[in-house]
This record gives sequence, C-alpha cells and structure tokens, in this order.
Amino acid sequence: MEGWHQLYPGHIPTSPLQKALLAAGSAVMALYDPYRHDMVAVFGETTGCLALPNLRDKMRNHPEGYRILQERPRIRLSTLDMARLQGLPDGSLGREYVRFLEDNKVSPDTRMPAKFVDDEELAYVIQRYREVHDLMHTLLGMPTNMLGEVVVKWFEAIQTGLPMCVLGAAFGPVRLSTRKLQVLATELVPWAIRSGLNASCVLNVYYEQRWEQPVESLREELGIFPPPAVRV
Amino acid sequence: MAAVRLWRWRCRCRALLSRPAGAVRAQRGLAAGPEMHFGFQTVTEEERREKIYQVFETVAKKYDVMNDSMTLGIHRVWKDILVHKMNPCPGTLLLDVAGGTGDIAFRFINYVRSVRQRQLQRKLKHNQNLSWQEIFESYQEDKFNSLGDSQVVVCDINREMLKVGKQKAQRLGYSEGLSWVLGNAEELPFDDDKFDVYTIAFGIRNVTRIDLALQEAYRVLKPGGRFLCLEFSHVSNPLLSRLYDLYSFQVIPVLGEVIAGDWRSYQYLVESIRQFPPQEELKAMIEDAGFFKVDYENLNFGIVAIHSGFKL
Repeated sequence: MEGWHQLYPGHIPTSPLQKALLAAGSAVMALYDPYRHDMVAVFGETTGCLALPNLRDKMRNHPEGYRILQERPRIRLSTLDMARLQGLPDGSLGREYVRFLEDNKVSPDTRMPAKFVDDEELAYVIQRYREVHDLMHTLLGMPTNMLGEVVVKWFEAIQTGLPMCVLGAAFGPVRLSTRKLQVLATELVPWAIRSGLNASCVLNVYYEQRWEQPVESLREELGIFPPPAVRV
Repeated sequence: MAAVRLWRWRCRCRALLSRPAGAVRAQRGLAAGPEMHFGFQTVTEEERREKIYQVFETVAKKYDVMNDSMTLGIHRVWKDILVHKMNPCPGTLLLDVAGGTGDIAFRFINYVRSVRQRQLQRKLKHNQNLSWQEIFESYQEDKFNSLGDSQVVVCDINREMLKVGKQKAQRLGYSEGLSWVLGNAEELPFDDDKFDVYTIAFGIRNVTRIDLALQEAYRVLKPGGRFLCLEFSHVSNPLLSRLYDLYSFQVIPVLGEVIAGDWRSYQYLVESIRQFPPQEELKAMIEDAGFFKVDYENLNFGIVAIHSGFKL
C-alpha cells in the first residue's frame, strides 16, 4: 500500500477518512498526554491542508523564500557549524541561537519528519516550520517552559494560520498558574499578536545566511516588536 | 508405520538444514525462490524475520493496550474460548509458543487453579467425617499444590515481548508454574515428546516457515498431545468482509499511530492477516505435519479461527 505512492522518504499516504481519524485521535491524545509531541506534529500535518499551501505561496512570492524552496536547507546538528556560531559576537543570531539551545538543553535534531503531508514541497514547508521554531524562540526571547511555548504558539498562529498553532495557543494556557496566566494575558499575548500581525513571514528568512546579523537588527527588519520586560 | 513416518520426517529435516532454501522449497512444492511476503511487500526470508522481530520489539510495551483498542477488548474473549476449548486438567504441561506477553499462560493458570479448587472441594466433601486435625493437615499438603503440578512454558523469539510478559506476571502475581524461554517456533529448544498441549495464539502468522513450526509442534508434543492454534483468518461473508477490511485498513493503522506512535507495524499487522492462508489451507498444512482429527472453529464469522489437531 505504501511503497507505490511514497512521495518522499517517510511519507505514509493516507485516505481522507484516515486523515480525519488521525486529526481527531492526535488532538485527543495530545491533550491527554502533553508529552506526546509526535501527536502535535501529526495533528499539524493532517490539518494543515489550507495553511500549508498558503505558506508555500507566500514563500514562492518572496525572493528569499523562493530561494529557500529551491535550495531546501535543513537545520540540523550535522549541517550547523556549532563552533563557528559559538565564536560569533554576543547579540548575533548565531550566538544567541546556540545559547538558547544550551540553556534549554534542546537540539535541532529532535524535530519529527513529516509523514502525512501528501505533497513533497508542502512536506518541506512544514519541516522548515518545525526547524525554524527554535529560531522563533531566539527571536522572541522566549524560553522553552510552558509559558514561553504558549507565547511562541500565539505568534506562530498569527504568522502561519496552522490549526495546530491555534489549538496550541488556545489550549496551552490551561495548565498554567494564575499568576502566569495574568502575565500572559496582559503583556505577552498582546505583544505576540501585534508582532505576529506586523511582522513579515518568518519563513521567508534564510537564517543560515544571517548568523552574523544581530538579533535586534533582524527583529527590526522583520517587524517584531521588542519583547516586554517580564520574567518568563 | 509411525516409525517410518518419523524417520522420513527426520531425514527431511536434516536435508532442509543442509540444502539451500530454494531447492528444498521447490522440492516440497512451496513458493519458489527466497522471496516472501511481509504484509504486502516482497522480501527475502532473512529480511522478513528481521522486520518481524523489529515490529514486535517496537510494539512490545504497547502490545496489550493496542490489542484492547483494536479489537475493542474482544481478543480477551477469543483467548478465553481457546483455553476453555483446551479444557486442561491439573497436571497438564502446556507449551505456549509466541506467547510473548503471557495472555494464554495466565488464563491457563487461572483455569487449572479453579479446576484444582473444585477438585479439592470435592475431596473435602468426602472428608467431612474426618477430625479437624486431619482436615487441617490435608490443607497443608495441598497448599503447595494449588496448580496440581500443571506447568506452562512461555516461548517467544522476541526478548522485548518476554520482558513485558515477565513484568506483567510479576504485577499480576503469577509466580508458580510459569517458565519463560527464548526460542524460535521453527526450531524449538525442547526435546521430543515433552508437552501435553501446544498453543500458538496470534503468533503463527508471523512465523516465516509455517510448515517448520507445525513440524516442531508435532515433534515436541507427547503422543496424545493436542495442537491448538488461534489466529486471524478469512471472512467469507461478503458484506462483513467489506466492513472488516474498511475497519482494518482505515482505522487500525490510525490507532497504531495515535496510541503506539507506530503506523507501520499496524499496517503490517492488517496486511499480514490478508496474506495468511485461509481456514481450509491451514487445516491441510496441519494435517501435512502429521496431526490427526484436525478441525477448526470460526469465531466472529471467521475473523478469528481456532484450529485443533492431535498427535496420535
């Protein structure tokens, strides 16, 4: 059943019924067990049929985005020159990105490959979105705790329109304490929304060619407002 | 007659082990060439064994949860029916092949225990004229014999499945009468004529050479021993078959992905069910291995079938 219609390595072709069941099942499982990151990924793939082509078109119509679609860069430990990035001056995208990875003890290699997207280019788009997620954290200055993740999800929901981000943004806060909810509602979310609306498409940035650029300068270029001065 | 048959079988076995697989298979009228099916894919024998090992290694921890979800708990009933059909009495020595997480073994123990209980109760009724002291003493000697010397050996080729089975046994409090052995159904690590009953529940489908497994089953059973096989089979009713296919191919891999994070293993599962020989063909294969009075019973219109045979 699989081997004949595989569009890219790891692709599992699915019928519309299967996609619907997967979307429902993964949503339930992701809410039931938040550690099932693979379920969040599956949900994103099965519900992205409108948002992904949209994103892909935005990329196609932008010179840098178009180049990304042609060259298909991947952000992985094997492709990153960690030593060089660490050697960059403080405040530069590369240095701050590496600092973010170290502080939060995360690695770019833990992103799940796309499985259920039935178009090879769109599979790359969602892959790019996943791999750029950590850079979002860096640009927005948000750590990987629950609060930080929710803020980034709000930003991504506005930017990409992916139902997965919308659901994450809506349901994420459910497990937060009241104090954090307050900070979220009064300062962080309004800022994330304003930045998301104001900023140009974050997938149209060839991050791998901008490691030396200062984070502040990149924020200004994209249209992301400076993060509010609160402890996250 | 039986001696000649045995001798001939032994020669065949030795020939099998020395000649290249293709030639033997052609000689025995089986599919030519080393290609086999793995679900709907075509692979070599060695690849198939590898892949199947990996499938069960991956699903081991979620095996029981998945069984319950896929069959909506009905697999429990099927296994109960198998053990009831077996109707073991205390003292039976059972070999449960591909027994992985121990479902059949635990049911066997429960069954034998309850039969033993009834035996003891009957004995007690006869002893109602004894003194308290004598009754108490009779408790003592039977206390260490709640299973009546019955034993079950759980044999599986996959270490992970056995591990899960052992943990389950500990958790559920099964300690006596159980042994866990790592072994291949095609080449069992047991001597001839050892067991009273041989069961293989939802395992024979995953064996690469079913004929060898059946021969081994014949070998290790005592004369008079019973072979029981519980396996997914073919549904002949056309409407039900359509619904069953729809459920199998549309829902089960999704369940696999959502619950176990593993689509492919459950895709393999539903494909392997379609590739497995139907009831009559399996019956013929069992007869070929030397079993007598081979019969099968369809459960749920053929979704599952229990095949039974005797070594005489």
